Amino acid sequence: MSSPRMTTENESGSGLPNIVPAPPAKFVSDPNPVSSAPAAPSMIREYLNNCDSGAMADKSFAAVMLLCACSIFAIVAFIFGILVVHSHLSLAQFGWKFFARSAWDPVSGDFGAFPFIYGTLATSLLALVMAVPLALGVAIFLTELCPQVLRAPISFLTELLAAIPSVVYGLWAVFVLVPIMRDTLGPFLYKFFGWTGLFEGANFGVGLLTASIILAIMILPIISSLTRDIMTAVPNSQREAVLALGATRWEMIRVGVLRNSRIGIVGAIMLGLGRALGETMAVTMVIGNHPEISKSLFAPGYTLASVIANEFSEATGDLYLSALIEIGLALFLVTIIVNAIARLMVWAVTRGAPARVH
Amino acid sequence: MGVGILVENLNAWYGSTHTLQDINLHIPANHATALIGPSGCGKSTFVRCLNRMHETNPVARATGVVKMGEIDIYKDASPVEIRRRLGMVFQRPNPFPTMSIYDNVISGLKLNGFRNRQILDETVERSLKQAALWEEVKDDLKKKSGASLSGGQQQRMCIARALAVDPEVLLMDEPASALDPVSTSKIEDLIFQLKSQYTIVIVTHNMQQAARVAENTGFFLNGKMVEFDSTHKIFTNPRDKRTEDYITGRFG
Amino acid sequence: MSTQPLSNQRRPMDFQSKSMRINSAWRSAMNYLVSGLSILATIIVILPLIAILFYLVYKGASSLNLAFFTHIPAPVGELGGGMANSIVGSAIVLLLASLMGIPIGIAAGVYLAEFGRGTALANAVRFTADVLNGVPSIVMGISIYSLIVMQQKHFSALAGGVALAIMMVPTITRTTEEMLATVPHAIREAALGLGVPKWRTAVSVSLRTASPGIITGCMLAFARVAGETAPLLFTAFGNQFWSFRLDQPIAALPLQIYVYAISPYDEWHRLAWAGSLVLIVMIMVSVTLVRIFANRGVLKGGS
Repeated sequence: MSSPRMTTENESGSGLPNIVPAPPAKFVSDPNPVSSAPAAPSMIREYLNNCDSGAMADKSFAAVMLLCACSIFAIVAFIFGILVVHSHLSLAQFGWKFFARSAWDPVSGDFGAFPFIYGTLATSLLALVMAVPLALGVAIFLTELCPQVLRAPISFLTELLAAIPSVVYGLWAVFVLVPIMRDTLGPFLYKFFGWTGLFEGANFGVGLLTASIILAIMILPIISSLTRDIMTAVPNSQREAVLALGATRWEMIRVGVLRNSRIGIVGAIMLGLGRALGETMAVTMVIGNHPEISKSLFAPGYTLASVIANEFSEATGDLYLSALIEIGLALFLVTIIVNAIARLMVWAVTRGAPARVH
Repeated sequence: MGVGILVENLNAWYGSTHTLQDINLHIPANHATALIGPSGCGKSTFVRCLNRMHETNPVARATGVVKMGEIDIYKDASPVEIRRRLGMVFQRPNPFPTMSIYDNVISGLKLNGFRNRQILDETVERSLKQAALWEEVKDDLKKKSGASLSGGQQQRMCIARALAVDPEVLLMDEPASALDPVSTSKIEDLIFQLKSQYTIVIVTHNMQQAARVAENTGFFLNGKMVEFDSTHKIFTNPRDKRTEDYITGRFG
Repeated sequence: MSTQPLSNQRRPMDFQSKSMRINSAWRSAMNYLVSGLSILATIIVILPLIAILFYLVYKGASSLNLAFFTHIPAPVGELGGGMANSIVGSAIVLLLASLMGIPIGIAAGVYLAEFGRGTALANAVRFTADVLNGVPSIVMGISIYSLIVMQQKHFSALAGGVALAIMMVPTITRTTEEMLATVPHAIREAALGLGVPKWRTAVSVSLRTASPGIITGCMLAFARVAGETAPLLFTAFGNQFWSFRLDQPIAALPLQIYVYAISPYDEWHRLAWAGSLVLIVMIMVSVTLVRIFANRGVLKGGS
């Protein structure tokens, strides 16, 4: 058996020395090893030796990159700053009570944000209640159950949902969802769940429930694709460990996958919540735009984002504008906090996983 | 033509780990010098200190004097200027995946702003011939991506890329460790031919390779250079017991 | 309990016992139930998507005609008219946004991947970018209104462009960073080892190698803001007529769709559907085209 090493030596056979090397050359005889008489340097050598070291360019490039990176801080700081400055009238006038008052009277200059906060929270939470189980189902289906053939088209379809602009969802909701709510789903809910008191009053098709449904449809792809990423990040060894104990597939998913990724899933849900809180156009088009607080889900409502969208450009008077900007400030702070918490949770889970390539 | 390298009291650190301790060494011009030793002994760090690639890692630093010809590389020039004078070939072939073979070979010149078409063409041919790759690729120089070649061809292309800038010294960090035996022998052939024109420093963990291609050999162990002498002496009559143990395969 | 008190060995598990069989049946029923529910969930999610796409094509295609692409909106009560000025307006605002947002976003991503890797500052930038990504678009709208429109005393295309640019930056930054992270370190070393300055390495080697992914990322960010309405409400504002001036209100497709959708006229509803179809098709075509080109680039570049 000749080793591959031997074969190569035989093959090469071009004056390579054998294992005993050539006799030591000039090393000892050359008294000054750091010099060698250079022949005329080639043109390339000459060019490169005289070529600028690029130290200045390097420094300025790094500085420009750093500046652009810091511009992201600047953007956040600037948004915050400008909102605070322009809402000071309202801040000074109403103080913290602004968020607990129900009045909204531009004529007499009496403003309070409570109905909008109620509308925002009600629609967002209701949307979460509808979207989360579905999103989890889709994520479980895609990561654990789905045959390989269907995986790509279904995740493509759900990501397509995310690419549809908000205003198009709104358009669809106005012309398709609202009639369904008014003529089919609404009466059905009233008939079977009317006793809960949640489906009282006139049903025009627009209102909190319709807004929640369109919100749920819009945040579904966000939650499900994030949850899918998080569940994919669970190492296969975890699944195999549970399966090896004789667990059924559902038990494997529950113990091996869901339990390991629960923090990340909560984070994904909060990201969905952040999106729902700030969603503007589709909600504005179907919520009914009336600042009232009603127990019924058929009743029209108003959200923080939609009151800005509707009234900002016709706001007359500095206090009115300032109150609207304060609402924007509140929306900004709440979504920043919700997103920050959510990001930290998602990071905690996916940090070790490879970056997702779109 | 190559120049010699003089190393005095070279120390290097990775974070708090002292990876090279007081290295003193003369590397003669126009000869091949091999550095051997077990993995983690600092031989790769040493060559990376010679062209200041060591510094690209933010936690790494080095002190001491390294003279290349008359230039003190840590004092007289910026890292970028030093790296233009020393060609480097890495452990694994690392062609630029978006560039054609032609652009890969010429990248050291093009990326530094050299524009003379005629000289570029000549250089590509010259360095590919030097790297014994010309015959295999001359027909699709601009058609094929550098990454589409085989591993051994890629490594020879990387050698051509290092030669294209007409360096004075060629540093090779285990250039054949990721290659099959046939490609390895081609690379060794190449080193054998190039060492008449360039000063070559080759890191290897393969003692036969050192013996085959180098006139002088240094043995590294735990960040120190244990012994440096003619390859013949190192392999037949080492001074140090540890060198002997390593050569005879008692550890490492 | 035990009928064999003498035996101190554990009784072997009896898989055929009644309790075990019930347990096993319950577990497998649960398994099927949950599998069924997750399949059901997937169907429920896909249904509205298909419904929306179906409605768009059905309503939109029947309202599309040449006039839609060549005419400006007709006055109320008149039939016909189109959204030519909105399409051009959208293009102008998006071009402005891309000119501002893409360079800044890519540069910030280059900083994160090539210069600041592992530093506290880079982590902070990354986190802020992620958080900024979640700030509602309407908030961007009122901020830019307060900054630009209030100073200039009138709505403008420029203000709309700035608002959209700010929304593009965080997405592009993060994709650029992720794509650069996939470029092998050995390739950067190859360039640095040749004596190429670091900036040149970042531009001609790292960015060039990662460019297919970065282009896709930019296109996705572009598609996302192309459909944004809320930040344009108080910045670009909309315009019923042709306008090419950056300091004047300008029409935009999503704005026009919104205005028409909430109007009481059937003719305008028809145009809103047509506009939505055009908007979606433009978004999808651009994303798909870029994806195809980007993929081909990857293939051509090997590895």
